[in-house]
Amino acid sequence: MWLVQRLPQAGSRIAWPQHLARWLPALPALLFLAVFFIVPVVEILQGGLYDGDGVLSVAQFARMTHSAVYVKVLASTFWIAFLTAALSVLLGYPVAYLLARLSARARERWLLWIVLPFWTSYLVKTYAWMLLLSKTGLLTVVATHLGLIDSASTLAPSLTGVLIGMVHAMLPLAVMTMLPIMRGINMQLVQAAQTLGADRATGFFTVFLPLSGAGAAAAGLLVFISSLGFFIVPALLGSPRESMVAQLVISSVLDLFDLRFAGALSTVLLLCSIVVFYVYDRVVGLSSLAGEAPERRAGSGGRALPVLIAIGRLAGKLSLSRGRERAGGSFGLKAYTWAVVLALVLPIAFVVPLAFTKQSFVAFPPELFTMKWFVTFLESSVWQAALLRSLGVGFATAALALALGFGASLALVRLPSRWRKPLFALFIAPLIVPRIVVAVGLLYLFARWELAGTNAGLVIGHTVLAIPYVVVTLSASFKRFDWRLDDAAKMLGASAFTRVRTVLLPLMAASLGSAFLFAFIVSFDDLTIAIFVSGGINTTLPKQMWDDIQLAVTPTLAAVATSLVFLMVFIVWLSSIFKRKSY
Amino acid sequence: MSTKLETIGLAKTYRETPALLPTDLRVAAGEFLTLLGPSGSGKTTLLQMISGLVEPSAGQLLIDGRDATHDAPGKRGIGMVFQSYALFPHMTVWDNVAYGLRMRKLPRAELAPAVDAALAMVKMQSFAQRLPSELSGGQQQRIALARCFAFRPSVILLDEPLGALDKKLREHMQMEIRRLHQELGATFIYVTHDQDEALTLSDRICLMNQARIEQIGTPAQLYDRPATRFAADFLGHSNLLDGVVERAADGRVALRVGNRLVPVGPGPELPAAGEASLLVRPEAARLTSPEDGTLAGTIREVVFLGADTRAIVSLGQGEGAGHDDGADFTVRCPRDLTPRVGQRVGLAWDHSRATLLTR
Repeated sequence: MWLVQRLPQAGSRIAWPQHLARWLPALPALLFLAVFFIVPVVEILQGGLYDGDGVLSVAQFARMTHSAVYVKVLASTFWIAFLTAALSVLLGYPVAYLLARLSARARERWLLWIVLPFWTSYLVKTYAWMLLLSKTGLLTVVATHLGLIDSASTLAPSLTGVLIGMVHAMLPLAVMTMLPIMRGINMQLVQAAQTLGADRATGFFTVFLPLSGAGAAAAGLLVFISSLGFFIVPALLGSPRESMVAQLVISSVLDLFDLRFAGALSTVLLLCSIVVFYVYDRVVGLSSLAGEAPERRAGSGGRALPVLIAIGRLAGKLSLSRGRERAGGSFGLKAYTWAVVLALVLPIAFVVPLAFTKQSFVAFPPELFTMKWFVTFLESSVWQAALLRSLGVGFATAALALALGFGASLALVRLPSRWRKPLFALFIAPLIVPRIVVAVGLLYLFARWELAGTNAGLVIGHTVLAIPYVVVTLSASFKRFDWRLDDAAKMLGASAFTRVRTVLLPLMAASLGSAFLFAFIVSFDDLTIAIFVSGGINTTLPKQMWDDIQLAVTPTLAAVATSLVFLMVFIVWLSSIFKRKSY
Repeated sequence: MSTKLETIGLAKTYRETPALLPTDLRVAAGEFLTLLGPSGSGKTTLLQMISGLVEPSAGQLLIDGRDATHDAPGKRGIGMVFQSYALFPHMTVWDNVAYGLRMRKLPRAELAPAVDAALAMVKMQSFAQRLPSELSGGQQQRIALARCFAFRPSVILLDEPLGALDKKLREHMQMEIRRLHQELGATFIYVTHDQDEALTLSDRICLMNQARIEQIGTPAQLYDRPATRFAADFLGHSNLLDGVVERAADGRVALRVGNRLVPVGPGPELPAAGEASLLVRPEAARLTSPEDGTLAGTIREVVFLGADTRAIVSLGQGEGAGHDDGADFTVRCPRDLTPRVGQRVGLAWDHSRATLLTR
């Protein structure tokens, strides 16, 4: 009765500009990444396809198989990365399990102590381990006394040392990746298992463990991929036997000026990452990285079930604690988590007293107390320049990354899901591609445009690395944002700009602050890009530390490291305030 | 009454699926119109297109005779109350209510009195400096209302505003909204799926189903004379007897239901033949002896509802509708008549109060 066709379908004419408008905020970030990330990476990868005379061939790849050295380095890279991933997940699992079941406030307190070592620069952490594990280091001395190792060997340089350093660096990442998935597991499922006759251990093994499997797999994946590109830890804590690919790439570029071979090595690294991702997607499903429940693989739970039941029964018999579970988790679990957190934090704290030693060399225990090393640090023109450059580049990077990342996140949240996933993958690609590959690629690019060795080049390189962090932080915040507030403001007559100014930005302020801090830290701590892109007397603080560490381990370095630690504490404290202020 | 708002062929399609089929609607100035229907009926889509938050796929929207189809939401002189209230969490109650006035660049001197007046209307003056998170659901609802009419729009849209409140509070707020409508004199367009709410509040109800308007009328019209089975079923309880129309020689129409012939009261446009359903409201029917009733059956269940008692009668073999035997007929009983389960009874009603439906 009311069906009257008056006008033709106007849908197509109106819809088009609206869809395009949704892409607009992401345009600057897209262009930026296209020029400063995609182009350099593709260039460096295809550089590996040419031999020394510029002819298209697989000669570079063949070189890798010719010499036993290269093969060994590749093998040990994968092996070390795999061990790091396995150990990080195993050691971190109980910690994540405990944290998942705590109240939000208790969990935040624990997380603060886990996040702090995570954000401390790799250089500081590795420096601390160097001190602890060297021939006269504290831990070596203790281990020798306890008879764990014989007096001739040291804990570093060795595979043990490298693994200690890498797991120490990656454990927080594993915990923070597993945590959201574990929090999503409904504990009533375990209770249901218990009402059906399972004891606590069996309930855990047959219900909780399989459900948390995706989280553990995701953590293992991220740690593995991140570990592939490491060079600081193996260089400082490992012997030549533990050399990893990134070190080869560095020496190939800086010592041998062989960019093509570096390209081939980078390609292998990248391919390995992609293969691992592919396998992961087949086994678990990539969507689990975003926190969604993994796709159901038919029958996958059923086959393992009898084994899990058996394990559960066995564990139940061995279990020391009987009776009902206390809300905060068993005593053993808490003690273990305390031990892990102490292991994460103490080595870093260990560096601090050394900065005040009166002796002119590093020894434990230090003779206190003097501030002269801080004076040396702050009065030295070299260190001053490095510090100021790092701060300046850090702020510039944070501002640029925030501006680009804001637009990118805004676009991401408004786009249909068929575009959102590939776009999101592009924006976090700099996280996945080994940093060394990005660094070498940018060097190529900057050399042509005369940006190498300039502050602008550093800012650009750091922004490429920082954008993923900004996008991830802001996307999560945009997802939580109630867009009906924007609608309400529209209805009340506010223009788009006014809505951003009065509604969006104030509510996002805390996230923007956090994103700014992340970007700043990424820039401030970066060594990889700085090694290639800065040059000569224009160094950043980490680059200066790196150069100095290779020469000698001095108390000045301890003073620098201590300053960095305090800076990091300040920043983490700031970010926890931001978290509390968010709506 | 003059027409405030009119839609001509207004429609919306999302990727091959019609959310609203081309719709013509006239809303009178100052009336309280409710868009009522189940999920997917198109009521929210229609409201969103009137507000301007969603672009129509086709059709026109006229406000005060002027084409406002593509006007920006804030420029239509329309206020809106959202289901989740959408109060700005980082602003005080006062700033929330003042927002719309600030957007219209009201000078300071006039701003404060207008905000105070709006707060006074919803009796929330003492809450001016609170944050929304410090208010209860009902209080937030009132602030959302105050914010919406602070700048005195002539049309106010309400999108299921009371869904999150408990029953008592909802009934209280319904009265508040009715009072505000009378005080403000604005045109209210209200969306809900709750038929009791619609019956309580509206001047007219626009019943919607499957992306189009099923029937428009006053609450009484929709309740007493529904046009379709859906309308009969949606509003209030209904007993629907399905059967075939028979017209006797003297012109009287009856419905053959099973093996009984049910007389149909006089009425306009009665069909001569074909399938039809007879609508009998529970309160229009009464229990009687099996011989005296138009239909007979056995009491299956007695339901106590406080003010009401209802008996559910299982219609016997052949009495029911042409579908399976044992169709149910609900009838309201006075409190002093206590029917027993298993009792054989007859059902009778005033034939002029039954409605014949052909769709």
